[in-house]
Amino acid sequence: MFPASFDYHAPTTVPEALRLLAENGPDAKLLAGGHSLLPAMKLRLLEPGCLVDIGRIPELRGIRREGQTLVIGAATLHADIATSDVVRQAAPGLATAASLIGDVQVRNRGTIGGSAAHDDPAADYPVILTALDASFMLVSSAGARTVASGDFFLDYFTTALSDLEIITEVRIPGAAASVTSAYAKLEHPASGFLVVSAGVRIERGADGRCRTARIAIGGLGGRPFRATAVESALAGHALTPAAIAAAAALAADGSDPDGDAYAPAEYRRHMATVYVQRALEAAL
Amino acid sequence: MTQHPHGTTGLIGASVPRVEDLALITGAGQYVDDIQLPGMLHMAVVRSPYPKARIRSIETAAARAMPGVAAVITSADLEGKLNVVAPPMFPGMQAPPTPALAAGMVYAVGAPIAAVVAATRTLAQDAANAVEVEYEPLPATVDVEVATAPGAAPVRDELQHNIVYTTVREGGDVDKAFGEAHHITRLRIQSPRQVVLAMEPRGLVAAPERPGQGLRVWISHQTPHLARSELAAELGYPEHLIHLSAPDVGGGFGSKSGIYREDLLACHLALKLDRPVKWVATRSEDFVATNQGRDQLMFSELALSQDGTMLGLKVKLLANMGAYLHFATAGPPQRMMGMAPGCYQIRNLRVEVSGVFTNTVSTGPYRGAGRPEAVLNIERLADLAARELGLDRIALRRKNFIRPDQFPYRTATGVEYDSGDYEKALDEALRLSGYDAMLRQRDERRARGELVGVGLCSFVEPSGGAFFESGSIRVEPSGAVTVLTGSSPHGQGLETTFAQVVGEKLGVPMDRISVRHGDTVAIQQGIGTFGSRSAIMGGGALVAAAEKVIDKAKRIAAHLLEAATEDIVLEDGAFAVAGVPNKAMTWAQISGAAHRGRIPADMEAGLQESATYDPRRESWGFGTHVALVSIETNTGELKIEKLVLVDDCGVLINPKIVEGQIHGGVAQGLGEALREHMRFDEDGQVLTGSLMDYAILRAADMPPLIMGETETPNPFNPLGVKGVGEAGANGAPPAVANAVMDALEPLGIRHVDMPYTAPKLWAAIRAAQGDQGA
Repeated sequence: MFPASFDYHAPTTVPEALRLLAENGPDAKLLAGGHSLLPAMKLRLLEPGCLVDIGRIPELRGIRREGQTLVIGAATLHADIATSDVVRQAAPGLATAASLIGDVQVRNRGTIGGSAAHDDPAADYPVILTALDASFMLVSSAGARTVASGDFFLDYFTTALSDLEIITEVRIPGAAASVTSAYAKLEHPASGFLVVSAGVRIERGADGRCRTARIAIGGLGGRPFRATAVESALAGHALTPAAIAAAAALAADGSDPDGDAYAPAEYRRHMATVYVQRALEAAL
Repeated sequence: MTQHPHGTTGLIGASVPRVEDLALITGAGQYVDDIQLPGMLHMAVVRSPYPKARIRSIETAAARAMPGVAAVITSADLEGKLNVVAPPMFPGMQAPPTPALAAGMVYAVGAPIAAVVAATRTLAQDAANAVEVEYEPLPATVDVEVATAPGAAPVRDELQHNIVYTTVREGGDVDKAFGEAHHITRLRIQSPRQVVLAMEPRGLVAAPERPGQGLRVWISHQTPHLARSELAAELGYPEHLIHLSAPDVGGGFGSKSGIYREDLLACHLALKLDRPVKWVATRSEDFVATNQGRDQLMFSELALSQDGTMLGLKVKLLANMGAYLHFATAGPPQRMMGMAPGCYQIRNLRVEVSGVFTNTVSTGPYRGAGRPEAVLNIERLADLAARELGLDRIALRRKNFIRPDQFPYRTATGVEYDSGDYEKALDEALRLSGYDAMLRQRDERRARGELVGVGLCSFVEPSGGAFFESGSIRVEPSGAVTVLTGSSPHGQGLETTFAQVVGEKLGVPMDRISVRHGDTVAIQQGIGTFGSRSAIMGGGALVAAAEKVIDKAKRIAAHLLEAATEDIVLEDGAFAVAGVPNKAMTWAQISGAAHRGRIPADMEAGLQESATYDPRRESWGFGTHVALVSIETNTGELKIEKLVLVDDCGVLINPKIVEGQIHGGVAQGLGEALREHMRFDEDGQVLTGSLMDYAILRAADMPPLIMGETETPNPFNPLGVKGVGEAGANGAPPAVANAVMDALEPLGIRHVDMPYTAPKLWAAIRAAQGDQGA
């Protein structure tokens, strides 16, 4: 299909983009990689009158370390994140998640900020970013604020981002030798989106035991599901195969997923245990 | 093109590279959407989002007022004209006409309600979106058992009941056979509905010619001449004034046969506006506007003696036909009538087939078109019977196979199989697959707790038979050869295959032969390509035409060489008196003479001959496919570890093309077995209406294929060939189904319908483990 007609702006700075957003009001949508927005427009599910393309703003792109924080520009491509040595070292689970998004063409167009802002419940970034305790730098003409992932991803296609804000950065703490992460995903056979996925972040103590675990699961509802039962079961324990299996079995505790035409709720709950275990094993 | 290394003898049987491919893979193909005409308008269609609804009102004023819009029409503008009319194939068939635009009621998602034409495709879509339709949604009927239950609501208001037709065929004494049986194996089996998904969606360009005197149509189609006839009848436009072409066609698989509503609308609007009109379906439209395949529900009973002899077979089949009948919608389930017994001698048969209306997208032929269902039915029954009787499934098949000395074999219901050696193909498949070793490996892995299964399927593939086919061979004055075939291909490589046939027969190298097709003016009457027919039918016609051309050329050579016609021989592409090869005459010399009057006084000028071919019988290819699968207990994920395909399609004209046909058929068959399933919810809403939801098999999902062949020539065809286009889709899915059920046998699972998605297998495993107290 074909999108309805729209105006197109390609600002080169964030202030210019904010001004365009403000001027065009609710009729304006931000365009980054376009891999969620354009299909919706082609199906005429969305008919924005004005697109503000922030994919050409240089300051929104790039990957860097600030001490123990990994900082990724919002318009950084999936492909760049998947192949970045900095990301692979600081947050290997994020690199894995990025490498599993869509196909090569999608990864060379789609952006981390765009995917996070779209907040598809079957997308990979919300899950791994929740596990990694990432936060989002949001900028508007009124100033900047930082929102933690737990407060950012709210429900199906719903985030804390307002219409007049732009995500500029994704910040991931804890880039230290004692911290590792992993991501494991069951793909839908048609779309490649997740049916169920698990992101895990493990911080080990000097004794090698798990000090803290953060585990997020995709596919169990409108926002990433924090598997707190697994987190508690792992904290303070040696990460033996038996301990991992026992903890992973608790993955879906407290979840109440909806089923769909492909995967019923019971299947999702069981796959959550399987994929949490796989992610934990991959992290170690 | 360089001359084939085999020269001209041995062209038949050589894996000549396809002459079509260079253009197609370098973007030089000419598809419907490549056609641009001056002043051409574009059509968009407003479609029903509801499976069943009353249309309260249609507001078109806003759309009409939009820039670039040439016309907006609704059923009110058609005055009851412009209907798709399915041929009444069977006595008593309910075949209400399908209005091109819904009149008052819609009966399926996707039913056209209004058509818009505008200067560009985008403007047309914008205007279509501006048409406002007010609906009163009504309860829909989706399921064939619900639709055929007593007191079921009619799917369409004009129907007395929801049965399209019922046909019954019976042979032998079925009741006696079942009365005397030691065991009866029963099975309820459903074939999943599949979306056809040709790479090129349906589409056409319709252009008025010489105002009032003609209609030019380019359409993505499998059967151009049949399309023209149907179009003429349904448009009410003279057939001889329609010039219709099928240019390059990017796949059809059965779906591009017959005329659809959009075809009538584009032609009607082109004539009405006196402007060319183009319509090409979007992928989303193709999901609801093109016939889908399969979706047959079968209830079967197989009666057996204690030693596994198949005594009788009863099949009751309910075929979901959707709400609207197209040209071939009623056809596919009829395949069960002829091939229910598969490879086996079953002397007592009763087959009852009913087509059923539902408020779903129309169905129709899709690669196999009823054959895959029939094979699936009998091959699942064979495996279940062996299991229930405690017999070896191979031994059971061997015991019941029709034997080579019984051909031509007439089934209990009077269908004649031409030739076959089913045990030979079975043995070859067992050998190639290392069957015994595979079973040992399976048992070892099972002992370790793995779910591993081996399955096989022996099948027949009837092909050709319906309609005639035409061929013409014109030897040009230069000696080059133009071949005209009615078998218009849509990806099968017939330009190559037919050049091989003609080249071999005439002794002319392939680079001196061009094969033309798909045009109702350039080509004599003909039919097209479907049902694995073209090598048999188109090839047969060209052999007959070649014989006529050679016969005439010999008479010309005899005249020029002052010899008797019966002394002239054709050798290495030249005509000579037998035993005097140094005075040979080339095709160029003969044809030059034929075009310049150096021929007998009573002979017509030129050197061109036409023939038709109509064997009035089908060809029966066959084969055995073997699959090794494993299932991950914890996730239900299915892996095809090995797939062995032994096919027998008689003589091979081009082995590489045959291999490609089998590959493609297997890919579509595995899609059915593993994950493709077009689904509607209980209210009739589409659940899998895009490639984001409908899981078509992809290249990376294909297992490696181990291919073998046996060659049993067709005794009733001049080339000895049988069809092969649907073999992969017929044989592979039941082999996988039997392997999956073999893998699940230790859990006590008897049957699960395809497709074998991970969630479905996981649920079956989980339920069985619960039953076993695990």
